[in-house]
Amino acid sequence: MVTIEKLNKSFGSTRALDGLDLEVNAGEIHGLLGPNGAGKTTTIRVLLGLLRADSGVARLLGGDPWRDVERLHRRLAYVPGEVTLWPNLTGGEVIDLLGRLRGGLDKKRRADLLERFELDPTKKARAYSKGNRQKVALVAALSCDVELLLLDEPTAGLDPLMDAVFRECIVEQRAQGRTALLSSHILSEVEALADRVSIIRDGRTVEVGSLAEMRHLARVTISADLAGAPAGLTTMPGVHNLRVDGNHVEFMVDPDRLDQALVALTSVGVTSLTSHPPTLEELFLRHYGDESSGAQAGQVATS
Amino acid sequence: MSSLVGTGALVRLALRRDRIILAAFIVILVVMVAASANATIKLYPSLASRLEVAATINDATATLAMYGPIHDDTSIGALATFKTGMLGAVAVAVLALLIVIRHTRTEEETGRLELLGATVVGRHAPLTAALLVAGGAGLVSGVGTAVGLIAVGLPTAGSVVMGLGFVCLGIVFAAVAGVTAQLARSARPAAGMAGAALGVAYLVRAIGDASTANGFGWISWLSPVGWWQQSRPFAGNMWWVLALMLVVAVAVSALAYVLAARRDFAAGLLPDRPGPATASASLRSPLALAWRLQRGSLFTWAATFATVGVVVGGLVSSVGNFANNPQARDFIIKLGGEHILTDAYLALELGIMGILAAVFGVRSVMRLRAEESSLLAEPVLATAVGRVRWAWSHLTVALAGSALLLVAVGCSAGLVSALQLNDPGLGVRILVGALVQIPAAWSVIGIVVAAFGLVPRAIVIGWVALLAFVLLGEFGPLFNLSQAVMNISPFAHVPRIPGGAFAIAPMLWLTAIAAGLIVLGLGGFRRRDVG
Repeated sequence: MVTIEKLNKSFGSTRALDGLDLEVNAGEIHGLLGPNGAGKTTTIRVLLGLLRADSGVARLLGGDPWRDVERLHRRLAYVPGEVTLWPNLTGGEVIDLLGRLRGGLDKKRRADLLERFELDPTKKARAYSKGNRQKVALVAALSCDVELLLLDEPTAGLDPLMDAVFRECIVEQRAQGRTALLSSHILSEVEALADRVSIIRDGRTVEVGSLAEMRHLARVTISADLAGAPAGLTTMPGVHNLRVDGNHVEFMVDPDRLDQALVALTSVGVTSLTSHPPTLEELFLRHYGDESSGAQAGQVATS
Repeated sequence: MSSLVGTGALVRLALRRDRIILAAFIVILVVMVAASANATIKLYPSLASRLEVAATINDATATLAMYGPIHDDTSIGALATFKTGMLGAVAVAVLALLIVIRHTRTEEETGRLELLGATVVGRHAPLTAALLVAGGAGLVSGVGTAVGLIAVGLPTAGSVVMGLGFVCLGIVFAAVAGVTAQLARSARPAAGMAGAALGVAYLVRAIGDASTANGFGWISWLSPVGWWQQSRPFAGNMWWVLALMLVVAVAVSALAYVLAARRDFAAGLLPDRPGPATASASLRSPLALAWRLQRGSLFTWAATFATVGVVVGGLVSSVGNFANNPQARDFIIKLGGEHILTDAYLALELGIMGILAAVFGVRSVMRLRAEESSLLAEPVLATAVGRVRWAWSHLTVALAGSALLLVAVGCSAGLVSALQLNDPGLGVRILVGALVQIPAAWSVIGIVVAAFGLVPRAIVIGWVALLAFVLLGEFGPLFNLSQAVMNISPFAHVPRIPGGAFAIAPMLWLTAIAAGLIVLGLGGFRRRDVG
């Protein structure tokens, strides 16, 4: 659906995209994860043909996003991260207008989405809060029959309840065979929705894969109560961030050393044990470790 | 006065943001006023020549309506500033009202004020800061003008009254803008309302000044612009009229504060009514959207043009026949007219309407850039709408709208004139005289489109070009600029009708230049980044 290879884009002396790669397969929800300024919005704007890449390849729905604007845009819908609306048009008018410009919208779905997002379409856009403006853009995009959704931090400003509605809608869209590129810096959102994730940083892709694959590469967190004082963990290679509090231990361990660590624990005697796979947050920090400060970053920065 | 906390910081912020434009405005104003006074003094060294010219000016309806009378025909100061005085005072008023809107409603609408409001900024600080900056800009303009006029050798008292008059008219319209900023929810209509108030004030004064001979001179006293005229710099120096203006400015400002205290942040005084839940069937193209966004403004402009046409046409019967001595003739030629006749009067007024139609066109087509930088273009361009098709939306409104305005003024002025003088032929000539302005207005729109496509950050070039054309037309002859320089302005090529001969050639090549600039601009827009 989307193929980007070695994409470069500079604004003056700022390099927004620095050899970015991205591959979005049909039918998947692809998370584009990165902090502010990583190049997420620039990537999406290149895919929309709003920006022209300096070099590299960008293909979208089998076409060139810069040249085949009208043909491609009929088949996609876009939700910007920062939604501005014409102040004297009502939300309903904006939804209809954008839908018609895209080639028509599904009236039934429009009504359904308005109800689920609890959006009053008769209000003038200037009276909407940030969250409500975001809902206007979401309803406009989701009520169209398109193959691809480009969502640029689409939940900014939505409350948790509406966030849940948004997630439901995206899952439904996937069930109907649509593809979505979801940019976000909200890890839990991507974690909940994305089939695959591209982590980008400073305009470059640093990691791609399913969450399962990524988790496989990352450390497992173990928290255990032991029968006695822990032994052997301090010097064991592959164990990190060990915290001992009496008979309680907490540590992270590399996947290939997991077995060894468990043996060390059971040799003392385990009374309770929880382990959890790395959260996206932890994956994320692995790549941003050198930027963040504090203990946690230091703990996970060695990959 | 906790409601004023932070005013100083806001004033500094405003000055920081506007330092270049304010400095440029004040320098251009002071230099134009002083230089044109200097040129006039040299042009009319003898008292006899001044008496003659002043008599001519005071007899010509066109000049009375445009600039007002010369109250003392022996005063060199009154003659040397009769044009720049009126234009300068109005320019300061425009500057003041734009400053106030820019630092109140615009800031509120964009949400920037909210950012500031969360810091230690009192409730009335933004309005106060805006009024202070506008008043300060007026004060510097006025002092500079007074110093400039004294420097070229005009009497001190008159120069000071002239300068103070600029300040006072500026403050009055700063206060008016302070009120309209509370009434309207958006900056555009707020500025539009304040500008309309200035336009009406100008028009009322024009009617009064032009019909003094018929005993209706008192009408001028209904207008703040008329009060400025009645302060009579160099011709009696009526200081107390300036005091009257100050009193009115204070009263209007007080009203602005009362209104500001009675409304919520980001709200207008009128509550928002719910609108339609679905778009009408016609709202389905970028052009329909542009029309929807601009139709209110276009209707207001069209109504104004039609009204001005009625006034211009109504004054046609009071245009007298004037002395045809060579010197008076010479001066009228320098004013831009070719004959001191009804025709010259009409051609002059229609020329001004042509420039005003270009003002609408520039404002209207600049909407493209405004939509782009406020991210409103992005969702539209993300649909199946190509860039060029999108750009044509506001461009079409600008081109058709400016033409419509000229049709409106041509029809109304033509109809009223024809009825007044019982001369249907004149009506037709007036309509033609309005229509020939269209290609010139379009070429200014073309400049904006070219800037939009090629150098979008420097789109202000459009306003700079229009201002330059106006200055060339108004003051080029006075400064004896060569025709080649004055020909830079598209308006210099418009046939002066009625009176002059119609020529098709300039119409065609002005239209061709406009088309060329538009093609250039759209080509550039297709190739550049959006945002």
